[in-house]
Amino acid sequence: MPTSSMFLAQQPGQAPDVDYVAILPVLIIFGAAALGVLLEALLPRNQRWSVQVGLTLVTIVGAGLAFGYYLSDAPENGTTTLAGTLSIDQPALFLWGTLLALGFGAVLLIADRTVEPGGAFVAEAAIRPGTIQDRAQVGSASMQTEVFPLTLFALGGMMTFTAANDLLTMFIALEVLSLPLYLMCGLARRRRLLSQESAVKYFLLGAFASAFFLYGLALLYGYAGSVKLADIANAAAGTDRSDALLFGGLALLVVGLLFKGSVGPFHAWTPDVYQGAPTPVTAFMAACTKVAAFGGMLRVLTVAFESTSWEWRGVLWAVAIASMVIGAVLGLTQTDVKRMIAYSSIAHAGFLLIGTIALTDQGLSGTMFYLLAYGFTTLAAFGVVSLVRDSTGEATHLSQWAGLAKRSPLVAWTFTFLLLALAGIPMTSGFIGKFVVFSAALQDGMAPLVVIALVASAVAAFFYLRVIVLMHFSEPAEDGPTVSVPGAFTTAAITMGVAVTLLLGVLPAFALDWASGGGFAS
Amino acid sequence: MTPTYYLVLSALLFSIGAVGVLVRRNAIVVFMCIELMLNAVNLTLITFGRINGGIEGQVMAFFVMVVAAAEVVVGLAIIMAIFRTRRSASIDDTNLLKY
Repeated sequence: MPTSSMFLAQQPGQAPDVDYVAILPVLIIFGAAALGVLLEALLPRNQRWSVQVGLTLVTIVGAGLAFGYYLSDAPENGTTTLAGTLSIDQPALFLWGTLLALGFGAVLLIADRTVEPGGAFVAEAAIRPGTIQDRAQVGSASMQTEVFPLTLFALGGMMTFTAANDLLTMFIALEVLSLPLYLMCGLARRRRLLSQESAVKYFLLGAFASAFFLYGLALLYGYAGSVKLADIANAAAGTDRSDALLFGGLALLVVGLLFKGSVGPFHAWTPDVYQGAPTPVTAFMAACTKVAAFGGMLRVLTVAFESTSWEWRGVLWAVAIASMVIGAVLGLTQTDVKRMIAYSSIAHAGFLLIGTIALTDQGLSGTMFYLLAYGFTTLAAFGVVSLVRDSTGEATHLSQWAGLAKRSPLVAWTFTFLLLALAGIPMTSGFIGKFVVFSAALQDGMAPLVVIALVASAVAAFFYLRVIVLMHFSEPAEDGPTVSVPGAFTTAAITMGVAVTLLLGVLPAFALDWASGGGFAS
Repeated sequence: MTPTYYLVLSALLFSIGAVGVLVRRNAIVVFMCIELMLNAVNLTLITFGRINGGIEGQVMAFFVMVVAAAEVVVGLAIIMAIFRTRRSASIDDTNLLKY
């Protein structure tokens, strides 16, 4: 039994070496986020929006430049820094690039003030819904500009999460990315009761899931005597330890991760939060949180638990099937566009999980390509959703979308293209994404799973096509919604999403090569 | 006294917290149950730290405390906002979003 003198006898820890160039993008994001909070306190109200938007966009571009500079001569096999807590390897770099690009698009949507005066966010979060002040804030031109630093904090957390090489770093990053998102969900300008309700639900369920993640971490610490992924892998290779700790810990850990990725039976929060949150925040969550969650899951399963994969893989088979079936079948019954895309994201999470549990190089690169493709498509889709409006705000009920092609052919065709990409029709990135993931799964001997996935895709294609038919072949209602003419920001975000969706569908080689650049370093 | 007792105790506390989250209806009480789960994890971490004979487990417990404190700040803000609107912290009343 160790005594307290043993603790005292330990040497004072040496400061770990830090590869500042490698982690510069993350440092820039977090630094600017902290600066944004300061500006919020110092600037007068009427200057905040322009300064915060400028700062946030410049920050993401700056982080992208720093990232590009490091990428140009990054070590082939990756590197670990900060005493091995962060692993900057090829998958991490690919996901960082994806997150920065998607984050840039999401910030453009968040910053837009042309579709609605003052933007999609509440003028002051402390105003009670339903009061006179609340009715006044709906028409006012100001917004709660803390959204921008919160977005940067979440983005920095996501980038750290995909590079985290031990479970403690992963947990801290998980909280850094989640806590701002909980708040952002509750900041919608209109329908504030729904928005606040989605924030409460997301917060309580999210905190519940992180408690599971944490207990899994503690059990694995007990099992391996360390929370480093490589040490857990080494410990699992030996056989003289308690399997109960290993598999109990793994199960709890994976539950936490699956929750964040909105997979299968752990999806309960997804439709409510996607519907209630302000649409730009939904776009940010749907695109970026998924990238972060599956990036983390890929790393944990590949680096720490590959040697025991035959023990846990069957369970994740069942989870993937559940996720695809729930997403595809319940998606059929939805009458709200945002909820429908939420169920579509649950089905896509099932497809992503298939690539994740393949644990081969093809599985890794296919899943990462799928994340990139899906992120841009869903970002643009929510951008389009924010344009169709009536006097009470966004018109998200499907019946209101009837005959949209007659009112605004451009918006209807754009949305049609994005829905086809979500369904996985050739010439879109969705097709290539599904193709690489399913062929990786086939090569890894998961043929039954691929068959189920194809059936689920076919079922899901039905509800995308239903919306397309509704938009193009129905008569518009008399008092139907109008389509707002988007400003530069929203136009840029939607154009970016559509362009990438088309480009990755026609010329996927560049992104596929980058995604298969190398494996994890630990 | 063997450390196993502490592991059993922490597992019990964690389970009580998890069941509390599932059966209680007041958002504040649900949130307290989540905090109980986090503190059960702290006890586990410290016990395993003792068994392994290092300070790593204790350091991790500090990290968890900091995160739990940050979570309280965010969580109470959200629960307060919804309480001021509805005059109730019952999560059964927050039922506008469904199907």
